[in-house]
Amino acid sequence: MALTRRQVENIANLARLEITEEEIPAFVENLSGIIDLVDQLNAAQTDHVEPMAHPLNMVQPLRDDRVTEIDERDVFQANASQLESGLYLVPKVIE
Amino acid sequence: MHTRTLAELAAALRDGDFSSEELVGHFLDRIETLDATLNAFVTVTRDQALEAARSADSARADGQAGPLTGLPIAHKDIFCTRGVKTSCGSRMLDNFVSPYDATVVGRLKAAGVVMLGKTNMDEFAMGSSNETSWYGPVRNPWDLNKVPGGSSGGSAAAVAARMAPAATGTDTGGSIRQPAALTNTTGLKPTYGRVSRYGMIAFASSLDQAGTITASAEDAAMLLGAMAGHDPRDSTSAEVPVPDYLEALGQSLSGVRIGLAKEFLDDGLDPGNAAVLEQALKVFRGLGASVEEVSLPNLGLSVPTYYVVAPAECSSNLSRFDGIRFGYRAEDPRDLTDLYKRSRGEGFGAEVKRRIMTGTYVLSAGYYDAYYLKAQRVRQLIAGDFQRVFQDVDLIVGPTTPTPAFDIGAKVDDPVTMYLNDIYTIGVNLAGLPGMSVPCGFVGGLPVGLQIIGNHFDEGRLLNAAYMYQRETDWHHRVPDGFSPESG
Repeated sequence: MALTRRQVENIANLARLEITEEEIPAFVENLSGIIDLVDQLNAAQTDHVEPMAHPLNMVQPLRDDRVTEIDERDVFQANASQLESGLYLVPKVIE
Repeated sequence: MHTRTLAELAAALRDGDFSSEELVGHFLDRIETLDATLNAFVTVTRDQALEAARSADSARADGQAGPLTGLPIAHKDIFCTRGVKTSCGSRMLDNFVSPYDATVVGRLKAAGVVMLGKTNMDEFAMGSSNETSWYGPVRNPWDLNKVPGGSSGGSAAAVAARMAPAATGTDTGGSIRQPAALTNTTGLKPTYGRVSRYGMIAFASSLDQAGTITASAEDAAMLLGAMAGHDPRDSTSAEVPVPDYLEALGQSLSGVRIGLAKEFLDDGLDPGNAAVLEQALKVFRGLGASVEEVSLPNLGLSVPTYYVVAPAECSSNLSRFDGIRFGYRAEDPRDLTDLYKRSRGEGFGAEVKRRIMTGTYVLSAGYYDAYYLKAQRVRQLIAGDFQRVFQDVDLIVGPTTPTPAFDIGAKVDDPVTMYLNDIYTIGVNLAGLPGMSVPCGFVGGLPVGLQIIGNHFDEGRLLNAAYMYQRETDWHHRVPDGFSPESG
């Protein structure tokens, strides 16, 4: 199924990805090719088949809700580009 | 010393033939000489490596050495390494210095293994040729115009050229086995959950698994024993005891039943690769194993299934990259949305964007049932095929790739053609099974791999089959011209 330019722009916006005007035609073509590939799944007979949510069909274990990590705030924040007084800086969101 | 296997180097360290500092220094010098050509490393940690080697030598002098103490290894740059840049092959993480060690890294470090550096890879492990890396393509040491495969292409090229005796890798759809096949190295992708994913930068969480690229099956067994086992920090890591993988080696293959899946022998398989595969089967028959044809009828749907499941999981996992807490941040954003969109738009390369967008599409309102749920149902069928076959056989074999290594640039603009390169490896990930690629011959001067697949948590049997095959053959000992003993 061929995707339209408008669909591709909408997907990029949903994914919060800036793509340039020049890039759009290639994305339309490539993504349409990928969707054509995955459309082969329509041929499979999957009535009464349980969707596989875990590769070994195992369930997730639970653990006690206890704090296990040590506080390394400074180490983790060292990777942020813009920081002030231990706070992450972002553009103004409230007028 | 670089032509020896990890097991041989371990014995030499034990016997005092040389120190870990000498051994590590030798590999660091090889990297310095050879990597300008190959581009297999993103970061070389020379000073830390020599310091760790000296610590290993003192531990040995104090009688504290374990079986892996002082052996050098390279880590794929997808594994977080405390205090060392961890780029995942992306501009997004070019400035990221990991604040912690991945469990795989920590366990190997605790066993005395010395890290030489971090290897190049396809960006966020998305690729089959190592061409999507922000740091440029890795070259195949067997032919510098060819790709080494991907996504663990740097690890594979590093081991093939003996710039490292062994390396870690990760395999989501073939990313250990495919590059191992294309570079004449031994690749092991363990069972899903066998090795912790903690600190391994996530691509597709229900498929990702850490493993090894080595010069032999014995070396893979040595490393897997140290890497495997339950980790409370990864809720999907399995609480299944880790056997002594080295002890499993050397057992006769007499009476072992091997299935050859007929779906592997399709039109896409290069006749040269098919002939080499036939020779490998002869070796197994000679070792006493029986080879029978089996069928995995839904295997043909594994590529389309994968390209729903993996991008869906990728689009969720990569939503964490927002330009704010870590990673690339765009300059002068107009507002918060612009900061997100441009940080991601400028930080990610084309293939990563394609996968995020594919995933976003298949998970979006109105399409979820048609794509994601459908793919999860087909995944169940594919996994069921393998389980049916494993009622009758112990192992499944086939080719690792349809062809030998292709030219750099040949498929980079055509994602679907690139994706089909993983047609024989992807089913194993969907079913969560362990798989290996073992050197089994050459086609037109380029190496090709034999894929061996086991049932869940049957790595011991898998490694033994590869080990017994390598006792009968010498393909895995071959080193590319220019990277041979004479070259230093």
